[in-house]
Amino acid sequence: MTEQKKTTIVLFSGDYDKVMAAYIIANGAAAFDHEVTIFHTFWGLNALRKDENVPVKKGFMEKMFGKMMPRGANKMGLSKMNFAGMGPKMIKDIIKKHNAVPLPQLIEMAQEQEVKLVACTMTMDLLGLQKEELLEDIEYAGVAAYLSDAQEGNVNLFI
Amino acid sequence: MMKANKVLDATGLSCPMPIVKTKKAMNELEPGQVLEVHSTDQGAKSDLTAWAKSSGNELLDHKEDNGLLKFWIKKN
Repeated sequence: MTEQKKTTIVLFSGDYDKVMAAYIIANGAAAFDHEVTIFHTFWGLNALRKDENVPVKKGFMEKMFGKMMPRGANKMGLSKMNFAGMGPKMIKDIIKKHNAVPLPQLIEMAQEQEVKLVACTMTMDLLGLQKEELLEDIEYAGVAAYLSDAQEGNVNLFI
Repeated sequence: MMKANKVLDATGLSCPMPIVKTKKAMNELEPGQVLEVHSTDQGAKSDLTAWAKSSGNELLDHKEDNGLLKFWIKKN
């Protein structure tokens, strides 16, 4: 087989639909035997949040951010037709009906397929997210680590 | 009818599951063996053709019967 190809995705968005698209591409690329990296920054970091409350020491602003942002992928809203939370409920029903894979399982599957999940540490600081609040087995890095993957990448996406 | 060493039933599953499962199933085969994949995802024809080409395996044949797509992929 030829040399392993690389797919890198910058996941900036924190909407259920956009994150789902990113993880479908990531899982597909992993099935293509690519080395896959998803670099989570800004709102995309919420995809890596654990769904339970993790008691960590935080300042007032960080606490507010933590409360206002979705705690985990399953609590995300839609980028369109969110309808104050009704949209995600509807789309989850439709996902079930069509036997598509819901987002939390897509993330699990990506981890099983050894997709490298990276959290951007600079935006973690901005949004007040701490390592304890994020999933296990992820990596922490900045722009240089992303670029070193992306410059050898065959597929580079910003979602 | 083509002979397969293993049959993967991916009916009812939608993107990206058919290729994710195909890849897993192919990992368990020896070179030269054939995997038969069943899918009802109408995108599977393009997807599995592309996957076989990119992964260096050979799509020997495919058939469509009443919405059920069947593929035979030989591991190289």
